[in-house]
Amino acid sequence: MSATVQTPPADWRDFFALTKPRVMSLVIFTGLCGLLAAPERIHPVLAFTAILCIAVAAGGAAALNQWWEADIDAGMKRTSARPLPQGRMNRDDARDFGVGISAAAVILMGLAINWLAAAILAVSVIYYAVVYTIWLKPRTPQNIVIGGGAGAFPPLIGWVAATGHITLMPVLLFAIIFFWTPPHFWALALFVKSDYAKVGIPMMPVVAGEKATRRQILIYAVLLLPLSVLPWWIGGAGLIYGVSAVILSLLFLALSVRVGLRERGGAEDTMRPEKQLFAYSVIYLFALFAALVVDRFLPM
Amino acid sequence: MTRETDPKRIRRSRNNVVGLLLGAFVILVFLISIAKMG
Repeated sequence: MSATVQTPPADWRDFFALTKPRVMSLVIFTGLCGLLAAPERIHPVLAFTAILCIAVAAGGAAALNQWWEADIDAGMKRTSARPLPQGRMNRDDARDFGVGISAAAVILMGLAINWLAAAILAVSVIYYAVVYTIWLKPRTPQNIVIGGGAGAFPPLIGWVAATGHITLMPVLLFAIIFFWTPPHFWALALFVKSDYAKVGIPMMPVVAGEKATRRQILIYAVLLLPLSVLPWWIGGAGLIYGVSAVILSLLFLALSVRVGLRERGGAEDTMRPEKQLFAYSVIYLFALFAALVVDRFLPM
Repeated sequence: MTRETDPKRIRRSRNNVVGLLLGAFVILVFLISIAKMG
């Protein structure tokens, strides 16, 4: 009789970790801001349901991302402690979990809110799990640029959940996150470059070099400045948002200029400007969307 | 936080979580129905 080694079943905490809770917090926040900034109101229970669907679908997409990239994650310090690389979970379980909760979220969104929001939610999951994770990420250094679209969907979905239709304002909110993603992620990629090189992911600093990456960070930060002010310019947001967008984006640009024009100092370089830009980029997005909601409820 | 290693206890805690989530889902569906009717 042969003895088989039984791995213990995955803990519920591992399934929770599979949904990338920290990323989900940004998804929930931007989705909620899109919903609250919309000109129409929906019942609080339906608003809660819409945000829940956005969060659960994002969690499902994150699970599918980790299912596909389990081998890559194992080779990177930042991701090696995740449930799949640690062998705490069966890979097929992660896939089934991701597909299951994503599909449930899309169906619930359609039945409870509206089918346009559900369709965009489904597109966002496919965009992240298939277009970004499976197709683009291993093939092109522009992966982050196009993949950034996946993270840009939540405010658009929140807005459409409240109104039932797409206008220029939610498209602008989508565009702001789309243009914010490259400098945010490349700042991170600059100080974890060796990790990406080790696992063969063609991140911009690995393929095109640091100089080109720094230049591109600067280009996107310059583009982000007028784009972030556009909602105010077209009359979709008021003065509170407009002034906040100018100040926040100028600071973003200043930090990006510092990163864009510098060169790595050698092995002892702690990459402080890059780390500061990455940290500020997260604060920037939270503050910009918070200003949009404050502006909606405190019009000047 | 220490991780549970006994498969029985892991399954029991998983079942508890799934049960709680199902209960919350039923309540949510009930509340959605009321909100839609209103």
